[in-house]
Amino acid sequence: MQFSKVSGKRNNHKVVLYALSTCVWCKMTKQFLKDNDVEFEYVYVDLCEEEDKKEIRKHIQSKGGSLSYPTTIVDENVLITGFRKDQLKEALEI
Amino acid sequence: MTTINIDMVRKRAEADAKTYGYYLVPDPDLLQAFLEGLKVNEERYGYPSCPCRLASGNLAIDRDIICPCDYRDPDIAEFGACYCRLYVNKDIYEGKQELPTVPERRPLEKQSRSYAATVVSKEAKEKNEIKENEMEKPEIKPKLWYCKQCGYVTFRDDPPYVCPICKAKRELFAEIKIRIDLIG
Repeated sequence: MQFSKVSGKRNNHKVVLYALSTCVWCKMTKQFLKDNDVEFEYVYVDLCEEEDKKEIRKHIQSKGGSLSYPTTIVDENVLITGFRKDQLKEALEI
Repeated sequence: MTTINIDMVRKRAEADAKTYGYYLVPDPDLLQAFLEGLKVNEERYGYPSCPCRLASGNLAIDRDIICPCDYRDPDIAEFGACYCRLYVNKDIYEGKQELPTVPERRPLEKQSRSYAATVVSKEAKEKNEIKENEMEKPEIKPKLWYCKQCGYVTFRDDPPYVCPICKAKRELFAEIKIRIDLIG
């Protein structure tokens, strides 16, 4: 699975963003992370191979997430569903 | 194939909103982004599936999330906006109510179908040994439903949340059971 990496100065957390290429709120989440100089990696689930989609589903559900996008996973333990500025800020200490 | 342009997508959404008494999200950038997403999906799948949800590319599986999705009416009734927040009610349109967060109403089992939809068939193609009926196909059993209030009939997995004709609630839908008897 090909993750795209966005570098940033705020790199004290491992941030993984599962997004859809067509999704407006995913785009806004990405922009929010960029604006706050957060280092993160993201993948567009709708453009993934079927096998990868299965893996993604497993990963999200193992963290207790629903299958909604965007899904942001911080340090493999905090999962944020949707573009929730408040939750993102809290998890990333912004 | 006809090319799909943003104007067509916009006009269709506007017309639908008008028919049902809804509005499109007033923020022009948001609106434009939603319409772009719908356009991409229509080009990709052949139908404008929800830009905020993962589609499978299989019409039978995605039918409930073709925009306007099956969940729009109950979501607007409960939260004031659809899951994406493309369609909103009058208060949000007029800025009297904030754009809400709308939880996913689509059942998980339906969402899950989007993930393994073509895996098996792909493997089968490679191995060329699995017969069609042995494939792990997602269970989709459309049925006939009729609205007890106005008589509208539809053929799909579940009854609609709201009757598109008379706006009766889901509870007013009943399944039409067909039995064929052979006599003689």
